[in-house]
Amino acid sequence: MEETLLDIELKDIRIPRKTEEGEPEYIINMGPQHPSTHGVLRYEVCLEGEQVKYLRPHCGYIHRGIEKMSEKLTYPQLLHLTDRMDYLSAHINNEAVALCVENSMEVQVSDRVKYIRTILAELTRIASHQLWWSAFGMDLGALTTFFYGLRDREKILDIFEETTGSRLIQSYITPGGLMTDIHPNFQRGVKEFVKYFRKKLPEYDQLLTGNVIFHERTQGIGIMSKEDAIDYGVTGPSGRGSGFHCDIRKIAPYSAYPFVKFNEITYTEGDTFHRYLVRIKEMWESLSIIEQLVDNIPQGEVMLELKAIKAPKGEYYQRVETARGELGVYIVSDGGPMPARIHYRTPNFSNLFVLNKIAKGHKIADLVAISGSLDLVIPDIDR
Amino acid sequence: MTREQLNTFVTDKFPEVKLGTNKQFPEFIAAPDQIHSLCKTFKENSETKMDYLFCQTALDRKDGFHVVYHLTSSELGHCVMLRTVLVDKTNPEVVTVSNVWMSAEFYEREIYDLFGIKFINHPDLRRIFLEDDWVGYPLRKDYKDAFTLDR
Repeated sequence: MEETLLDIELKDIRIPRKTEEGEPEYIINMGPQHPSTHGVLRYEVCLEGEQVKYLRPHCGYIHRGIEKMSEKLTYPQLLHLTDRMDYLSAHINNEAVALCVENSMEVQVSDRVKYIRTILAELTRIASHQLWWSAFGMDLGALTTFFYGLRDREKILDIFEETTGSRLIQSYITPGGLMTDIHPNFQRGVKEFVKYFRKKLPEYDQLLTGNVIFHERTQGIGIMSKEDAIDYGVTGPSGRGSGFHCDIRKIAPYSAYPFVKFNEITYTEGDTFHRYLVRIKEMWESLSIIEQLVDNIPQGEVMLELKAIKAPKGEYYQRVETARGELGVYIVSDGGPMPARIHYRTPNFSNLFVLNKIAKGHKIADLVAISGSLDLVIPDIDR
Repeated sequence: MTREQLNTFVTDKFPEVKLGTNKQFPEFIAAPDQIHSLCKTFKENSETKMDYLFCQTALDRKDGFHVVYHLTSSELGHCVMLRTVLVDKTNPEVVTVSNVWMSAEFYEREIYDLFGIKFINHPDLRRIFLEDDWVGYPLRKDYKDAFTLDR
């Protein structure tokens, strides 16, 4: 390849830069196998003593080219790849593609499908926040949280397994409806879970939320202003902890969200502790959404009878709220059974790059807390 | 602002900008040398306040590379879609908007990585996912390498 301006800049980066006193900068690599990055992500951290001077994230270790692969797959086929982006929000990713294709074909699914989709999405959100809570405690050195969180998450995975046949990546929500109808035990199982988890959630507060050591580690750490959140496109609980009203369930309601009442949790402080609080409160809201829906699932068909699933010529965009923020699906179709181009605007990609801004000047142990509070899922960044 | 208000807002300030046909969002098609000032106006004008760029990506189409911007206002809630067409497919170039929205810096690195579109004045234009010595730009339609399966 010809040498471009960009290659010259690359060389500059490989040479350790000098500080003002002429000493080479002290750079360490965190990752790609560091436990606190929760996947294969590498931070190139420049330190001054124990303080972070700046940090450069390097991603792409599990770039699989999902967008390129999807150009050779039909819509029901490419759906299975979306599970593998943010694997903790698999149902919601499926829903995003399904909604985008349905909107393009101008078909409406039955209310039954909408209700079931929303219940599954909220269960996914709780399961995801439970795992995040477990891992976040562990990032800060508290091992017990991991056992508590996974104990409760197991119940949700059992519900998923019963209805969809798999526990983590379900591919259950598909363009036109659902793969199959729900299991006869589904409603009973969900209601039991809600009852069970309403009792267990206060334990989370006892363990971490009211803990003095936890407060010391998180309050006032990694403050992100509202302007930064909007400018960097930080969405989801991380953005709402800074006062950015970015909940797509409120801005552009889809599925059964217009039928339910819930609050958008926001704080204005924007530090690690308030990003944590948003997620804890969101679990309560999700429980309330599920309670409003689960007894009222209407009758109706679960799969529309469509001759062929293909988007007409044109461009379509669908925004949904995953457990980590705004997921956008952008489909460009030439009218064939496969998309000409499909782009996923994933929440974690935008959430990652604010880290340099908010971790600057903090200790390296705080960097672990801050990146934990952003709740990154690496396959969602790389796609 | 409604779709009609946005249309008149743009046509008053930028008479050369064409209106697109997208049904979902009001769509505007600007020339590559105009897109930066259009974005800046959208962000800074007190009537539009488009402070949140929620998606920026590129497309490989027959008439050239399209760079597509989806903007919204966190306060007022209206969305628009902007598009610019880069006709020169061998050396596509467009001015960066990373000085308007920070998030664009990383979207543009991704577009550079996968499409090979150069963003003029970008502060740190490097590949983001692929290795630095990767040959070619995978999301182009004519891309071929040893791993590509033909069906």
